[in-house]
Amino acid sequence: MCLGIPGKIIKIADVEKKLAIVEISGVKRQVNISLIVNDEHPPETCVGEWVLVHVGFAMNRINEKEAAETLHLLQELASNEIC
Amino acid sequence: MKYVDEFRDPQKAEALIWQIEKLCHLLETPIKIMEVCGSHTHAIFKYGIEEILPKAIELIHGPGCPVCVMPKGRLDDAIAISQNPNVIFATFGDAMRVPGSQTTLLQAKTQGADIHTVYSPLDSLKIAKANPDKEVVFFALGFETTAPATALTILEAAAENINNFSVFCNHILVIPALQALLNHPQLQLHAFIGPGHVSTVIGTDPYQLICQQYRKPIVISGFEPLDILQSIWMLLRQLVENRCEVENQYHRLVDKAGNQTAIATMNKVFEVRENFPWRGLGQIPDSGLKIRSEYAQFDAENKFTIPNLLVADHKACQCGNILKGLVKPWECKVFGTACTPETPIGTCMVSSEGACAAYYKYNRLVRTGKNKVTT
Ligand code: SF4
Repeated sequence: MCLGIPGKIIKIADVEKKLAIVEISGVKRQVNISLIVNDEHPPETCVGEWVLVHVGFAMNRINEKEAAETLHLLQELASNEIC
Repeated sequence: MKYVDEFRDPQKAEALIWQIEKLCHLLETPIKIMEVCGSHTHAIFKYGIEEILPKAIELIHGPGCPVCVMPKGRLDDAIAISQNPNVIFATFGDAMRVPGSQTTLLQAKTQGADIHTVYSPLDSLKIAKANPDKEVVFFALGFETTAPATALTILEAAAENINNFSVFCNHILVIPALQALLNHPQLQLHAFIGPGHVSTVIGTDPYQLICQQYRKPIVISGFEPLDILQSIWMLLRQLVENRCEVENQYHRLVDKAGNQTAIATMNKVFEVRENFPWRGLGQIPDSGLKIRSEYAQFDAENKFTIPNLLVADHKACQCGNILKGLVKPWECKVFGTACTPETPIGTCMVSSEGACAAYYKYNRLVRTGKNKVTT
């Protein structure tokens, strides 16, 4: 029910209505991006971004840098396992 | 990066388990951790996380499955609305098999009610546009994750002047539910795995209150196996170091303040109800949302006469105690016999996020076997 799935915005379908086409595990879906756009971040700038999709809406952008940092920390933990 | 496989890497998982074991050693006492969110419960079973954790850690499956906490009376109301001859009733698939006091939406559908399952609230608006001579009602449920989507749909209906559309609003709020749980005198918990997707909307700040008032560490967590293991590791570190903080494991999606656009949209359309009934937990103050009077024309509670009765939970059902972590599903007398996913008595058996359904699906033999040995 509260399922959220990562997907990548591949194009903007309707700038006015804030609709984008998002690829989710190889499947293309129309997703409403109203919750993640504003004057600083107009729809046109969203192509290529990863978002979390929930019930047809993009809930938030996925921050690639933060994701990489989390994985980096876990990698370090795995490399220092013996200590 | 695809944000899925990277967070399932077995080598990193092993390192985390090793760290968790070390911390459990230091703590020298059994630790009870509640995962609030139903999607966490689902992931924990799907990846067999309970089995790989040290015995000292007990995971308690909390009330964060919106379908599981939907009270019978509200379902009866939903079914009553769907019985109006001119109504098309639109709902998420999860709600179809939830038992009301007499019947389910699925049974109502087979008996002739016009009930559609939809993936998004926007789909129900499309149905309204395509059927101008019908009244289309969307059954809105879910926490703060889903409420902004419903709010935007209502705003769109208002902008396009779609008058044959309304929403039966059952959105609920996570913080009051946690408070109600923590006020329960029997509840014994050491820490919380916080709901990641709710927190993409509300941020991590609202949990500060819980953390300070009840002295329980909280880590907001993602849903992949590494996310959950890392969150448990972070919680244990807090316990070992005697800290009590709100920490964020799900940095890639959650920040302190949340999604301001989503919060503003929610506040524009909804206001907080004085009280809302939860299955198994009773009335919880300030725990539900209702549609503001400015949007009353889109409020199904305003458009239709609904019974609005409080109905007691089934006598045999232990859902309430399960959601509080006082009882395990297999300890319920009817678990796996009278109550199965095909014939659910309580809602914890309906949704794949419910604790009973998760035990039934992934773990039935081990658990019922274990139960026999220990009783
Ligand atoms: S097994 Fe069924 S009746 Fe028992 S607590 Fe779970 S849902 Fe309720």
